[in-house]
Amino acid sequence: MSLASAPSETVPTVYEQIASRGVSRREFLQFCGWMAACIGLDNTASAQIARALETKKRIPVVWMHFQECTCCSESFLRSSHPIVADILLDKISLDYSETLLAASGDQAEKCLHDTITKYKGEYLVLIEGSVPTGAEGAYCCVGGKSAEQILEEVAKDAKAVIAWGNCASSGCVQAAKPNPTGATPIHKLLHGKPLVNVQGCPPIAEVMAGVLVHLLTFDRIPQLDALGRPKAFYSRRVHDTCYRRPNYDAGLFVESFDDENARKGYCLYKMGCRGPTTYNSCGVIRWNGGVSFPIQAGHGCIGCSESNFWDQGPFYQRLASFPGFGIETTADQIGLGLGAATVAGIAAHAVMTNIRKRHDIGEHPGESSDLAPPSAAHEADRPKEDRS
Amino acid sequence: MSADHTAPIPHVSEFKRVYVWELPVRFYHWVNALCILVLTVTGILIAHPPAIASAAEASFGYWFGINRFIHFAFAYLFFFNFAFRIYWGFVGNRFADWRNFFPLRRAQFRQVVDVLRVDILQAQDKPIMAVGHNAVAYFTYFAMFWVFVFQVVSGFAMYASMSTSWFPQLFAWAVPLFGGDYALRAWHYNAMWFFGLFTVVHVYLVFYHDYVEGHGVMSSMVGGWKFLHADVLKGSGKSWFSTKPAPAPKPAPAPRR
Ligand code: SF4
Repeated sequence: MSLASAPSETVPTVYEQIASRGVSRREFLQFCGWMAACIGLDNTASAQIARALETKKRIPVVWMHFQECTCCSESFLRSSHPIVADILLDKISLDYSETLLAASGDQAEKCLHDTITKYKGEYLVLIEGSVPTGAEGAYCCVGGKSAEQILEEVAKDAKAVIAWGNCASSGCVQAAKPNPTGATPIHKLLHGKPLVNVQGCPPIAEVMAGVLVHLLTFDRIPQLDALGRPKAFYSRRVHDTCYRRPNYDAGLFVESFDDENARKGYCLYKMGCRGPTTYNSCGVIRWNGGVSFPIQAGHGCIGCSESNFWDQGPFYQRLASFPGFGIETTADQIGLGLGAATVAGIAAHAVMTNIRKRHDIGEHPGESSDLAPPSAAHEADRPKEDRS
Repeated sequence: MSADHTAPIPHVSEFKRVYVWELPVRFYHWVNALCILVLTVTGILIAHPPAIASAAEASFGYWFGINRFIHFAFAYLFFFNFAFRIYWGFVGNRFADWRNFFPLRRAQFRQVVDVLRVDILQAQDKPIMAVGHNAVAYFTYFAMFWVFVFQVVSGFAMYASMSTSWFPQLFAWAVPLFGGDYALRAWHYNAMWFFGLFTVVHVYLVFYHDYVEGHGVMSSMVGGWKFLHADVLKGSGKSWFSTKPAPAPKPAPAPRR
């Protein structure tokens, strides 16, 4: 299989392609160093990355779109570095992508088919969007096939699968309750394939590029956390890298979005910030080429790189509403209600005790200290005084 | 054993002093109570930090950090104290025995019915043959045991990602189980309410038993002694799990002065 599918001589290396696009050697090396830093590798890795890009043939990539809003593509294409979007993906590797493909109809289908048959076991599948399993998959069909069928077909011979964004990783908004289409993340449908969940709604462009470059350089998927996210980008909470953290530790909180504290840039914890429970690199890499990120803009994190974040609202409240009790009811209200009921029950019980157990309570015949012998010997020796 | 409401409790001369709660059990109880109190207060502060207006720079303050530190430190204390109590369930006396907590014998369920009738609904008045806890109490503590387990697992699981120590990592599996930190945190918080409700009922019932029965239940968790009727002690000879010899109701020692 590997022989039959070996890339032909004519396939250029990544670097050759980059160079032919007019990127200078200096820019190329800069990119390698920048990527190494992004992936969280040391200095020597930038040479490794450079060598990999110089020697390795391009990886064929198919980019599938299922139930999604294309914000992952948007994020990727808007990466600040030209090599990422313009070259690494668009010009070099992308063999199939519903959004970016010039071809359409049968031609597009042929593109996909050719890639996955010609490059068996070599191509990468990048998936944007979840797969609806309700109504036999009728909610998302491309070319007459359901997303589930397409996924099965495309992933079968893939080298690895990357699930872009919250949709593909955990279903995002369409999987929020009541999940009418049965939106299902890729990892629940696909088994036995190397799979990376690049979480976020959307993921940060640099993170997406970092994962691709890692795959390209080391020929294996990066180290993942327990939820399948690359550790290099998702091992720390937004909270741990947030520049407002000193305010949190000092207990200085924004109390409302238009107060003095908000102006001073205090911590947004009490405004519902999900930073403390969200694993992502927003605090480090930031967005749009490091310009800013939500918390810097004065809005709490909504936890978009965590599963079920839509069901954990309201976003502007620390405590989620309690499941099954309506949107505004928190655990506190329920707890206080139960507490009040308990106290009422106890009060009633105490009253009842004093009525029904009145014969047990208080002094009984023979219990007065006056009747006790002055120096009590063993009880057995006590004089008989049973006159009840 | 009749439903006679007029039957007075047995006579004072029939009370025996019985050593029920060994020192390690009492120690566990109070350390546990302290931990739960501190963890609840610091936990509520973490969930609902008060608005403290301060003009000082953030770098001068650290009270919220310290509050969290106390929460984490007491979490460790709570865990090891709890682990110790489990150990004591295997080596302690028959009232501390782990089997009491498990619903294993029909007699235990019979006592549950008795307790409901006598103490809760008060449809009947009769002594309940319980030297240690009664069956309802043991089962409640067993339920609480699981809340403890949940709080330990969820707490350390959330803590794992900010710790380099191996110990919290042992619990890191709970995060994916709940889908993420947020859900886990919410349940960790919700479970806290159990302790509040438990404490209210627990303290009330201790008052109740002391008030109605006069067995010295309340002080038993300090000194270890209870004062029980001879017939209750006779009944307790038929303990649910009498692998260990029942402490013969020895004659009460001379009162210490
Ligand atoms: S703003 Fe959010 S992420 Fe930043 S310190 Fe406050 S709670 Fe943490």
